[in-house]
Amino acid sequence: MFEAVAFYLFAFLTIAMFFITVTTSQALYALSALAAGMIFISGFFFILGADFLGAVQIIVYTGAVMALYAFGMMFFDTTREVKEKKGNKFIVVGLATLSAVLVVAIFAAPMLSSNVLALYPAIEGAGNTQSVGLVLFTKYLIPFEVAAIMLLVAMVAGIVLAGKKMDLSLTLLNAEEIEQMDAEINKKVLS
Amino acid sequence: MEIGLNHYLILSTILFAIGLVGVMRRKNLLLLFFATEILLNSVNIAFAAISHYYGDLTGQMFAFFVIAIAASEVAVGLGLLIVWYKRHGTIDLESMTSMRG
Repeated sequence: MFEAVAFYLFAFLTIAMFFITVTTSQALYALSALAAGMIFISGFFFILGADFLGAVQIIVYTGAVMALYAFGMMFFDTTREVKEKKGNKFIVVGLATLSAVLVVAIFAAPMLSSNVLALYPAIEGAGNTQSVGLVLFTKYLIPFEVAAIMLLVAMVAGIVLAGKKMDLSLTLLNAEEIEQMDAEINKKVLS
Repeated sequence: MEIGLNHYLILSTILFAIGLVGVMRRKNLLLLFFATEILLNSVNIAFAAISHYYGDLTGQMFAFFVIAIAASEVAVGLGLLIVWYKRHGTIDLESMTSMRG
């Protein structure tokens, strides 16, 4: 009973928040609604007994990803209204729904056709975090290490891409110096 | 009323459709990234639900890797976006049509 109430409450809230994210014309509203939707999704994970996944969802998504987006939004001109593509709304919504149903059908078909056996069943007497750790550090150790290397590469790429000219501040330079710097950059790009 | 696997799969479908609508109609690249986050999250819900209803931890593992990929995608994507904005002063998709014939 409580599970059903919680499921429908979180489902309604998540759908409403994500709907706001894709329809609003204010970037700040979209960011806040997306962060709220992420937290509501972690509610589903707690209902499903995946406690560690729920905690990771809150920490990584609302803690790191949303903070990164908020930080990135400071660079962009987000105060103005966001323009939208003009297109047939029915075609867009119809195509989106059709492809979503197709994706779910592709994933659900092998599950329904054959009886699925649990490869790594939950261990008796161990909590969710403990069993996740047991599986992650035995069967999924190599994907785990590869993911670590991927995150390292992404970190280096982020620093290299965003950290150019970080040693000098644009607010402390006057207009001529900035223009001169731009001209040098353009010369480098063109040559 | 019992909540089954189908409820979660339907919810995941709805969220995936919302994300796809966002991807198709957004023109600002930052908001396009938001829509991709919605797509990744809807798939995570499906993974966690399947993991719960089949008593198998593989779904949760894949959800972890999806979260890791989302985090690195944000880092690299925002870096590229900042470079583009510094050079062109806009992050609209229309400013990237230089390869149109």
